[in-house]
Amino acid sequence: MTRLCALATVCLLPLIFVSNIAAAECGIESGSVRVLSNDIDSLGVVLNEARHCASDTVNVRTNRTTEHKSIQVSALTIDPAIYSVAMVSTNTLPPLLSAGLVRPLDEYVEKYGQNLESDQLIKINGKTVAIAFMANSQHLFMRGDILSDLGISPPRTYQEVLDAARAIREAGIMQYPLAAAYEAGWYLGNEFVNNYLSLGGQFFEPGSAEPTINNSEGVQVLELMKEMTEYMPPEYLTLTADDLKKLYLDGKVAIINQWGSMVNSHLDPNGAAPEISRTTLLAPAPTLGGHDIPAAALWWDGFTIAKNVSDEDAEASFRAMMYGMRSSVANEHPNAATWLIKGYEAPESARGVLDTINSGGRPYPMNPFMGLMHAALGSELTDYMQGQESAEQALADVEAAYRTSARSSGFLD
Amino acid sequence: MTHRSFFSFMLPSLLAMFLFIVLPTGSIVVQSFYTEHDKVLSLAEDCGPFGCEQTTHIDVEATENLIEEAPLGKFNGLGTYLDRGHLAVDELGTIFESTESIGETVSRIYNLPFYKALAFTIAYTFLATPLAMIVGFLVAMAVNNIPKKLKGPVIFLSLLPYIVTPLIGSLTLFWMINSNGIIGATLQMIFNDPELSLKASPVLTWVTLIVYGIWHMAPFPFVVYYAGLQTIPQDTLESAMIDGASKWERIRYVVIPHLFPLTTFLALVLMMDNFRIFEPIVGFSAEANATSLSWSIYNDLNGQVDKLYGSAASTSVLTVICVVILLIPVLMRTWRNFKQKNPDGSAS
Repeated sequence: MTRLCALATVCLLPLIFVSNIAAAECGIESGSVRVLSNDIDSLGVVLNEARHCASDTVNVRTNRTTEHKSIQVSALTIDPAIYSVAMVSTNTLPPLLSAGLVRPLDEYVEKYGQNLESDQLIKINGKTVAIAFMANSQHLFMRGDILSDLGISPPRTYQEVLDAARAIREAGIMQYPLAAAYEAGWYLGNEFVNNYLSLGGQFFEPGSAEPTINNSEGVQVLELMKEMTEYMPPEYLTLTADDLKKLYLDGKVAIINQWGSMVNSHLDPNGAAPEISRTTLLAPAPTLGGHDIPAAALWWDGFTIAKNVSDEDAEASFRAMMYGMRSSVANEHPNAATWLIKGYEAPESARGVLDTINSGGRPYPMNPFMGLMHAALGSELTDYMQGQESAEQALADVEAAYRTSARSSGFLD
Repeated sequence: MTHRSFFSFMLPSLLAMFLFIVLPTGSIVVQSFYTEHDKVLSLAEDCGPFGCEQTTHIDVEATENLIEEAPLGKFNGLGTYLDRGHLAVDELGTIFESTESIGETVSRIYNLPFYKALAFTIAYTFLATPLAMIVGFLVAMAVNNIPKKLKGPVIFLSLLPYIVTPLIGSLTLFWMINSNGIIGATLQMIFNDPELSLKASPVLTWVTLIVYGIWHMAPFPFVVYYAGLQTIPQDTLESAMIDGASKWERIRYVVIPHLFPLTTFLALVLMMDNFRIFEPIVGFSAEANATSLSWSIYNDLNGQVDKLYGSAASTSVLTVICVVILLIPVLMRTWRNFKQKNPDGSAS
């Protein structure tokens, strides 16, 4: 029995030691760090590191849930807030900003943010409201073997994507070589946003919530989306990004515009389909209509600190998050995300996202009514996709649906 | 029972009903008359990893002052009920004025979200309810006639669809009808059409959802009818046999009239159940082709980032009104039966 205890102590000692060192490195004396986060692996990497800051006097608790969006506003509204940190991204920060639940971070950036790059700071009118640590966007994943067999160079525009699809079909390799996440609802709206941004389209009149999508760019986007569906499996309106992955790794489709954050599972040499992973080519999202902006909105993921927590907890939270996003963390998990962290050496798998950013992709709009527009797009475009109405009518429906919800949310009269 | 003891007997349940039914319903009705405050907007410069942009934001302080003045929101009267997301009165007016053919009018009305949801909800209720009852009745008759030893296992198996949670049941079926799934692939083979997809066309999606609904709901009428079959007076059946009634005539003139009161009860319960169809639409990702009133409420409350409480409340109230309208014929029938049995109108 004594021997067992001795053994246990000897074995546990390094563990205790390591966590003590980590806690010491964090440099937090006391406080409580409570994190609300989406359940994505890459966010987990940062959070697992931040947890090492826990000690006798510092409490670190994380809640990783895909339902984070629906609870964040209520959880941060109460005083003291249930969470001191909210992991946010381009579309989940605005609801917190709109409700005034976010604490300005400039003071902490100055004290503890020596390792932050200036472009990691999300600023509104010069005030830092959030810190970004990873970027994400959709980009092309292609079957290199099929393209090279047919002598096609990797497509860069949607016209070339369609040409490649036709060639693959005519060669009898696949009846439906394309697939996209077109599930009615959020995904379908998202594809419209991607393409519309690449044509330089504006969703709203500047400075107001008045929609401006019923125009020739909007029609052009819809016509392209419709043309693409000819080469997609017939149930395209039910496909999510996860279904896309399955179809691709099943060898059912050859070209997809997939999320960069899912690159790992597509390229995994020990994954579902190593022979497909091996031959997969990554390229920026295609461009559209002679423009040179890739057709994929750019997203960032990061964190923000709640207003309704004590200064002690806020400071502890900021320092724990800084510890979680050190450059060594990014370089130990280079494939987990396209990190924006200083000193990150991007591997090949991050090329798709980085090239999309560098070739001029546009960020997903960060205003308080974009969510309503996105929802209206998702539910009103289906009739057009199924050939039941004209593109103009569909866009008019989107604007009407958006106006209805914007009115009941107080954005329009 | 004196009024006093009746009242004290009922008090706890009345209290619970008030707390858990009247109050929430009341608050939903109140909520449906309000919208959110007007938001004060201002332009700001947003900077982030992908550069700087002029973006519209909410002026939080100015908006908070408005909220403090009137915490409930902005009074909108029946505005939400009449807007495009609900009864769409203005849109209906335009449609009736500007269209000529009935077909075009119908398709333009169907283009409005509330009527689209209502159309499927009603179609589902009126097809799935009677068909589930017929299937349930046939199964009950069949089970009633099989050897006693087999009855236990057969009853258990017949109940399974009802035990499976609708979301799980529909998801399972959704995967099976995939063009790679066992049902989807078989259908493609039978009809020799590689393009056939139950998920793609609106008509096939409706059919799939209704067939699923029948499959899921049939066990309930089965159990009720099966129980009813056990109470059929054997004397009547025997005398019918002696009078030379065929099997079909016995069912037609003895069994069915005997089970009729049960049918009213079943219709009532199943209609209420079917009218709130929701999970299968999520499970089948059927949003593009079929939506229901319950789904509309869910969609308002489960937007990606925004929640439309007023809109969801109005749809809820409209749903309740629809259910009441739907049940009136059945309730009237029950009331007439009750009056026939108790001509003086007293319950004792």
